[in-house]
Amino acid sequence: MELNLLYYLVPGTVMMFCGVYGFFTRRSLLAVLLSVELMLNAVNINFAVFNRFLFPDALEGHFFSLFGIAISAAETAVAIAIMINVYRNLNGINTDDIRKLKG
Amino acid sequence: MEYTLYILLLPALSFLLLALAGMKMGHRTAGLIGTLSLAIVAVLSWWAAAEYFTMPRQADGTLAALRPYNVEWLPFTDTLHIDMGILVDPLSVLMLVVVSTVSLMVHIYSFGYMKGERGFQRYYAFLSLFTFAMLGLVVATNIFQMYVFWELVGVSSYLLIGFYYTKPEAIAASKKAFIVTRFADLGFLIGILIYGYVLGTYDFSPSEQSLMQGGLMMPAALGLMFVGGAGKSAMFPLHIWLPDAMEGPTPVSALIHAATMVVAGVYQVARLFPIYIGFAPQTLHMIVAVGAFTAFYAATVACVQTDIKRVLAFSTISQIGFMMVALGVCTSADPHEGGLGYMASMYHLFTHAMFKALLFLGAGSIIHAVHSNEMSTMGGLHKYMPVTHITFLIACLAIAGIPPFSGFFSKDEILAACFRYSDVVGWVMTVIAGMTAFYMFRLYYGIFWGKENKALHEAHRPHESPFVMTFPLLFLALVTCVAGFIPFGHFVSSDGTIYDIHIEPSVAAVSIIVAVVAILLATGMYFRERQPVAVMLQRRFPRLHEAAYRRFYMDEVWLFVTKRIIFRWVSRPLAWFDRHVIDQFFNFTAWGANATAEEIQPMQSGNIQSYTIWFFVGIIGIALFMLAF
Repeated sequence: MELNLLYYLVPGTVMMFCGVYGFFTRRSLLAVLLSVELMLNAVNINFAVFNRFLFPDALEGHFFSLFGIAISAAETAVAIAIMINVYRNLNGINTDDIRKLKG
Repeated sequence: MEYTLYILLLPALSFLLLALAGMKMGHRTAGLIGTLSLAIVAVLSWWAAAEYFTMPRQADGTLAALRPYNVEWLPFTDTLHIDMGILVDPLSVLMLVVVSTVSLMVHIYSFGYMKGERGFQRYYAFLSLFTFAMLGLVVATNIFQMYVFWELVGVSSYLLIGFYYTKPEAIAASKKAFIVTRFADLGFLIGILIYGYVLGTYDFSPSEQSLMQGGLMMPAALGLMFVGGAGKSAMFPLHIWLPDAMEGPTPVSALIHAATMVVAGVYQVARLFPIYIGFAPQTLHMIVAVGAFTAFYAATVACVQTDIKRVLAFSTISQIGFMMVALGVCTSADPHEGGLGYMASMYHLFTHAMFKALLFLGAGSIIHAVHSNEMSTMGGLHKYMPVTHITFLIACLAIAGIPPFSGFFSKDEILAACFRYSDVVGWVMTVIAGMTAFYMFRLYYGIFWGKENKALHEAHRPHESPFVMTFPLLFLALVTCVAGFIPFGHFVSSDGTIYDIHIEPSVAAVSIIVAVVAILLATGMYFRERQPVAVMLQRRFPRLHEAAYRRFYMDEVWLFVTKRIIFRWVSRPLAWFDRHVIDQFFNFTAWGANATAEEIQPMQSGNIQSYTIWFFVGIIGIALFMLAF
């Protein structure tokens, strides 16, 4: 059995929509962050796969994946810091409670 | 003639100064500023007149019309533009002299009359504003500039009538004056627009060719403009504001409502006279009818009024009727061939301004002495006020048409012009001239002779007015005595050429006889203490007397027309439509916006996740849209 493009894209899409679903439904900021990571990784997979199958001579897709990983690491650090601050102020990280900035 | 600009600028500057800084000045300073600027204006006007009329004449015997200043103010098209400038021609120079002289006299007189009055500075500021506006009106180079100043004159008239703003009658009178004249000015404005549309210019002398193409639009445009003129000049049935305008201070009545502003309508017709004669003679004939009827109506009403200022107001209306008739009876532009009326009208405008201002200032002097307008508080005043008495008598003789006073000469020219037009008009105007003599002498005897109100005069002895008030009386009386001998036809005539005034013996004899008979009649009826004939007439015709006293119910007719017809059948349905249709439409849109906001407000929860759901739905929607198309 030949491993073609579809075998990679389907799990990527599933991951993406799992992330979307989690982002919408989870009430814990931590779970939301996990969902975001899931979406980012789905995108990274897509980059790598498209590069590998459609443009084997190029490297941009791989580099974008690497960039994505680096950025998601930075973003995670920031997000965790925000979460700690939210926890200190509100004694919890439930998204329903975070309404302080609403006008 | 560049200095003519200062004639216009000085009153404007004095108005600004007095209006802005007047409250910080004393009464004396404010009055002096106003009077001095007016004195300079008067000197300049006389100087301009002297210089202009001694200019060498052109080949065709006319004096060239000069335009020392002309600024294009609002250009619309190549030919259609509104200018602001100064036109110096015989007519405007005449008006400059009239306006500035009377205005100067009124400024001097007001020193005494308004002494100690609250708002003295404001009074002088308004006088300056009025003078500025009136001078701007008479030197206008085009019909639109005239209209601008025309409205300014109306505003300052409104301000001065309502000078005693704590008095309800004065406020009502000022509003009435403003609304009636403004309503008439609507006609003027439409007339101007038609004029500009048809002729492609606002200039007073459009090209012959465009006038020819105008056809029937010219009489229509001029007729509409005359409606505005009739409003300002208090022609029947738009005269109702003028008697009420007497609520203002008496010098104001002398300046605005006797000598200058109310003749603006006459001036307007005279200014457009060449167009009237050439292209709208039917409109001129309509003016004859309006003027003659107004003159007659006002003369009858003046015969029974008891308020001395009201008598003078109706007399003014009647005399303006004379001027209008004189303009209307012209049949050609040649003064020897039926254009005599133009010269007569302008001459009468000049003499009337002087003696009517004198009458009003004299009335002011009397009111100053007895503190009332009612004839019943007067009588026998000749003992107390010799100067006022003599000057008033001179003015009465002038208006009655007794030689050698100025009124005789101008009125005689008017009557001669009327007889040339038609015998009917001539006789009608002669009768009205007789009525004029009658009611003026009724007034004169009622004030200075007749039944004296002794009780009142003993309690408060009337006294002669101070010199600052009698000087203008003496000056104007002097002008009234000599104005008849001015060779007026040399200065102003219908085609601008020299016209020698000659008295027509038959007309003059008839008018003198009529005037003398009327004066004798008035003497018989009102000279003595007991007035059996007058009382008997009043008893005999109570209905007629009451109707004339109430001005033949013209005010009631107007009230009926406005309140019962216009307000009920036009204004009320419009108000209903406004409230229920237009307002409701906007209320509905406001309500709709509000309701929508109420509905979608919960979506703004502050919960980012719910926002993202909507964001996602949006993306899906757009994606589907892109796929579908």
